[in-house]
Amino acid sequence: MRNYKTVILSNQEISSGYYRMRILVPEIGKVARPGHFVMFRVQTSLPPLLRRPFGIFRTGFLPADCDGQPAKEYLEILYKVVGQGTTIMSGLHEGDRVEVLGPLGRGFDMGTSNTEKILVGGGIGLVPLYMLARELIKTSKVRLLMGGRRRDDIIVVTEFERLGVETYVSTEDGSLGEEGLVTQVLERKLRKFPNADVYACGPMPMLEAVQRICATHKVPLQVSLEALMACGVGACLGCVVKGVGHTDQTPRYLCTCKEGPVFRAEQLDWRKMAQDDGYCEGCKS
Amino acid sequence: MTGRAMKTDKNDRRPNLAVEIAGIRMKNPVMPASGTFGYGEEYAPYLDLEQIGAIVTKGLSLNPKAGNPTPRIAETVSGMLNAIGLQNVGVDAFIQYKLPFLREINTPVIVNFFGNTLEEYGEVARRLADIPEVAGLELNISCPNVKQGGIVFGTDPKAASEVVGLVRKHSKKPLIVKLTPNVTDITVVARAVEAAGADAICCINTLTGMAVDVKTRKPRLANKTGGLSGPAIRPVAVRMVHQVVQAVKIPVIGVGGIVCAMDALEFLIVGATAVQVGTANFVDPRAMPNIIEGIETFCIEEGISDIRELIGSIQL
Repeated sequence: MRNYKTVILSNQEISSGYYRMRILVPEIGKVARPGHFVMFRVQTSLPPLLRRPFGIFRTGFLPADCDGQPAKEYLEILYKVVGQGTTIMSGLHEGDRVEVLGPLGRGFDMGTSNTEKILVGGGIGLVPLYMLARELIKTSKVRLLMGGRRRDDIIVVTEFERLGVETYVSTEDGSLGEEGLVTQVLERKLRKFPNADVYACGPMPMLEAVQRICATHKVPLQVSLEALMACGVGACLGCVVKGVGHTDQTPRYLCTCKEGPVFRAEQLDWRKMAQDDGYCEGCKS
Repeated sequence: MTGRAMKTDKNDRRPNLAVEIAGIRMKNPVMPASGTFGYGEEYAPYLDLEQIGAIVTKGLSLNPKAGNPTPRIAETVSGMLNAIGLQNVGVDAFIQYKLPFLREINTPVIVNFFGNTLEEYGEVARRLADIPEVAGLELNISCPNVKQGGIVFGTDPKAASEVVGLVRKHSKKPLIVKLTPNVTDITVVARAVEAAGADAICCINTLTGMAVDVKTRKPRLANKTGGLSGPAIRPVAVRMVHQVVQAVKIPVIGVGGIVCAMDALEFLIVGATAVQVGTANFVDPRAMPNIIEGIETFCIEEGISDIRELIGSIQL
């Protein structure tokens, strides 16, 4: 982990309000694991003052070409334009100077090989699941259940398919795939594959429902959380969530940035977390 | 000119940045503000901890403290509100688990602490009194985000004087008192803590603020209000440091919204002996080394051979 002062290679709108940014980061492939994130900052602009956390979508490699361009390593982030920070980001171009601090956090545990793997993504929460799928597919059957409000929220599913992942799309308004919530699909799949490992990332109500379903079916679940964050390295304590057994007398706060963003479901106090307002405010960045 | 000759040239003209506060010798006048730098180790991957003037820890209490509910932070224009609520491991866990890491680093460690009651302030000071690795204490009487302790002591000159006097009894360590700006006249409290035995003053802590989500109509912090920090508060901080420097004889550490070397220089020029960098650490983990380098470059360009020539050099 370090702070890279670098440049944007590309920044494109991939669906209405959703962008994919490719950033030059030397040797990132060696250090970034599935579930890691970076703290992003536009080098030359203030506001916004604070960096924004983004899950790493994927790392990649551009080979040297015959025009003399050297080989380049990069990382990609996907983001939805929701606030001041992401609006500024959406206006950036190739060559613009940015800083990324990372890779940060604790990523996914790969679980046991050869067991069924079910990934559940809600909207932009899909982001950290791609690198995970790329890793898991080497040894296991991987299924992606992707949910969103409407068809615009369903992004990059075809890229999962290219990895060999079986994908199931659902939208709340039925404009793409099955009509309804992604959690209904999860219920069905778990009845069919009762020994699956589940991995999820998405809005808090979705995660909470996924957690209840997985607890009922007694299958292991890992979740990647979003949170408001100032530092990303465990210093500001702004991004804490309540761990299981938390009370005012016996505080069990966990730092999303340092002890997460990936947690095993049983580490967290789901009832108290759901009560905490703004817990998923990170989506607003 | 060869690269090597240039380097020698620069070394010859390298200004002396060392300062001393209440017997704590620092290589340069730049240190982190408490609560923005964890216990030091969080930032070790990003900068050489031996490069900075001192390390100031997250505020410690007698017992571990849970802190406030979330959301605890909210970004505002050129600043941020926080209401962390002094979450910390407690003084004993600090000594056992956090101090060994700091022991290996050749930089003075200043321990920030607070109490819920007068007695707790005294007890924490006593537990830190005989620990050789602790170079100095920073007494927090200014946190705006907790019900007891902190600001209750910092807004009343009599209470401030009482807590400083008690801590003074329990510890011979250099004692820095961190003041709140949330008072009508900061010089009244500054004089009170000086008279009670403080060796230095650090100001300012955050300004109490509030932000509202207009859609939900709820405060953006679970604590409703929080402490405002960042560049937004710098002019207020510079003004208050200037006032306090005029009011007391003990050294003053300036803090509030410093992001770059120019910001730090403002504080030094109005008379701060050293500065603390807070929110900027979150934005750029290398903010402090960059500020130190910037101060050095400024001194070279201005023909200043010793940073002390700059301190208090304001032309009024």
